Amino acid sequence: MKRLLILGGGTAGTMMANKLAPVLEDSEWQITLVDQEETHYYQPGFLFIPFGIYNRNDVIKPKRDFFPPNTEAIISPIEEIQAAENRVKLTNGKVLKYDLLIIATGSQIAPQETEGLTGEGWHKNIFDFYTLKGAESLRQFLKFWDGGKMVVNIVEMPIKCPVAPLEFVFLADWYFTEQGIRDKVEIELVTPLPGAFTKPIAAKFLGQFLEKKNIRLTTDFNAARVDGVNNKLYSWDEKAIDYDLLVTIPTNMGADVIGKSGLGDDLNFIPTDKHTLQSKAHENIFVIGDATDLPSSKAGSVAHFEAEILFENVLRYIEGRPLKSAFDGHANCFIESGFGKGILIDFNYDVEPLPGKFPLPGVGPFSLLQETRMNHWGKMTFRWVYWNLLLKGAELPIEAQMSMAGKKRQ
Amino acid sequence: MATKTLAGKTIEVNDEGFLVNPDDWTEEMAPELAKEEGIDELTDQHWKIIRFIRQDFKEKGQIPTIRRIKNAGGVPIKDLYQLFPEGPVKKAAKIAGLGKPQGCV
Ligand SMILES: Cc1cc2nc3c(=O)[nH]c(=O)nc-3n(C[C@H](O)[C@H](O)[C@H](O)COP(=O)(O)OP(=O)(O)OC[C@H]3O[C@@H](n4cnc5c(N)ncnc54)[C@H](O)[C@@H]3O)c2cc1C
Repeated sequence: MKRLLILGGGTAGTMMANKLAPVLEDSEWQITLVDQEETHYYQPGFLFIPFGIYNRNDVIKPKRDFFPPNTEAIISPIEEIQAAENRVKLTNGKVLKYDLLIIATGSQIAPQETEGLTGEGWHKNIFDFYTLKGAESLRQFLKFWDGGKMVVNIVEMPIKCPVAPLEFVFLADWYFTEQGIRDKVEIELVTPLPGAFTKPIAAKFLGQFLEKKNIRLTTDFNAARVDGVNNKLYSWDEKAIDYDLLVTIPTNMGADVIGKSGLGDDLNFIPTDKHTLQSKAHENIFVIGDATDLPSSKAGSVAHFEAEILFENVLRYIEGRPLKSAFDGHANCFIESGFGKGILIDFNYDVEPLPGKFPLPGVGPFSLLQETRMNHWGKMTFRWVYWNLLLKGAELPIEAQMSMAGKKRQ
Repeated sequence: MATKTLAGKTIEVNDEGFLVNPDDWTEEMAPELAKEEGIDELTDQHWKIIRFIRQDFKEKGQIPTIRRIKNAGGVPIKDLYQLFPEGPVKKAAKIAGLGKPQGCV
C-alpha cells in the first residue's frame, strides 16, 4: 500500500483530499491528512468580526466534517519533515512514511518579528485581525471606542489576502459613520508599497476610493518597531507615526516546521515551481496554497485554482507522465468597499486587474474593477460557496486559468 | 533599449537605469552607479553588501530579500537602511549591476 500524505487540513489540504479520495484506488493508495487543529476557520470571515457583522459561530466548523470518509485524519502538530527519508515525524510520536507528499501548511502572522509589537499595547490598543483571537479582541475594543486616530499598518509584504487591509479601512469608514463618530476618527493606511495595492491600475483605482472616503494613505513606509508606551510606530529610517489605535498586519510567515525541516526560504515559504506546483528540491513533494513561495496572491481563490492543476499533476506523477505547466497565478478577489458595495478583481502572473464583466463576458453578473452592490453580494455569498462547494473540491463556474474574455485593456 | 557609459564602457540599461546584463558589471562601475543613487562614497560596509548580493544572485538566481541579507549576509536591517537609504535592496541591487528586485503581489 502506498501513502499519499497531506500536511495541513486548511483550505488547500482539505480541497486536495476531497479531489483525490474519489479517484485514487483504495487498494493501492492510503490518503493520510494531518493538522494540529480540530477546528476549520473561515479566515475571510475574520475581516467582518471587528465590526460585529460576523461572530465566532459564523467562521468555525469542525474540520472532520469536511474530510472524505476513506481518508485517515490525524490531529497532531507536525514536528519535522524528513524529506531525504520520505517521512514525517508528528509531535504525538508517530512517524509517517510517504510515497507522495502534499504540503499545505499555510501561512501565519509573526508579530514577534517586529520589535515592540507584542509589548505594552498588544491586544490593548494594538490588534491584528488575521487571527480569530485578534479579531474578537478588536471587536471588544471598537464597541467602546469613542474615536481618535486609527492607523492600519502592513508591516511587510507578502501578506495573505493583500486586499484585506484595504477592505478593513473601507469597512471601518462605514462602521464609524454608522456609529455617528466618523468625524471623531482619523483613519490612516500605512503601507510599504508605493501605492494602495500591488498592481498599478488597481492601485490607482483603489487609491481614489481612499481619497473619496477621507482615508489617508502613507506609502513606502517600512515598519521597524513599535513604541507601545508612547503609541508610536517607527520605520527603519526613523520616521514616526502616532496612533491611538494600531491595527497591524504583521509579517506573514510559513509554518515553523517548514523552517525547522530545512524546506523553506527566509520566511519559511517553500521554493515551488510556479507552473507545476512541484517542490524545487524534491520531486515527490508538491506544495499548494499559502505555503508556497509563488509570486501570486496568497488567497483561498488562488488555492482553489491551484488545486485543479495540482490534482491533474498528482495523477500524472503517479502514472509517470510529464507534469502539466498550467498554473498561471490566477487570482480572483472580492473587495468589500463598505456601505453594501464591493469591487472585484481578476488577474494572474502577467495580466494585472482590468475592468470588464465576470464571469460571463459582457454579461456579468459581476463587474471587474468597478464598485457595485452585486459585487458585495458575491463577497457575502463566498462564505456559503466556501463551506459547501470550495472545500469539498467541487468545480466552480470559473476556469482555473485566467480568461481575457470580457476584459478591456486601457 | 537605452545605453549608458560606465567606467568607460557602454552598456545596456533599462528605462530605470538598471543594468540589463549582470555580466556587464565590473567593480569600477559601482561608484558611478552609487552617485546616481545619492551615495557619494562606498565604504567597506557598502562593499560587503554589494559582494554578498552578487554572490547570492549567482548561487540562487534571484536578488536576495532584505531578510535574507540580514539572515545569510549578517547585516542588521537598520544598518542596511543607513547605508542605502529608503530602498536598500533596490539601491544595492542597482549599484551591484543587478536588475530591479521583483516587486510583490
Ligand atoms: C483576514 C483574512 C481575510 C481573507 N480574505 C480572503 C478572501 O476574501 N478571499 C480569499 O480567497 N482568501 C482570503 N483570505 C486568505 C485565505 O484564507 C487563505 O489564503 C487560505 O485559507 C489558504 O489556504 P491554505 O490551505 O494554504 O492555508 P490554511 O487554510 O491557513 O491552512 C493551513 C493549515 O495547516 C495547519 N498547520 C500549520 N502548521 C502546522 C503544523 N506544524 N502541524 C500541523 N498542522 C499545521 C493549520 O492548522 C491549518 O489548518 C483571507 C485571509 C485572512 C487572514
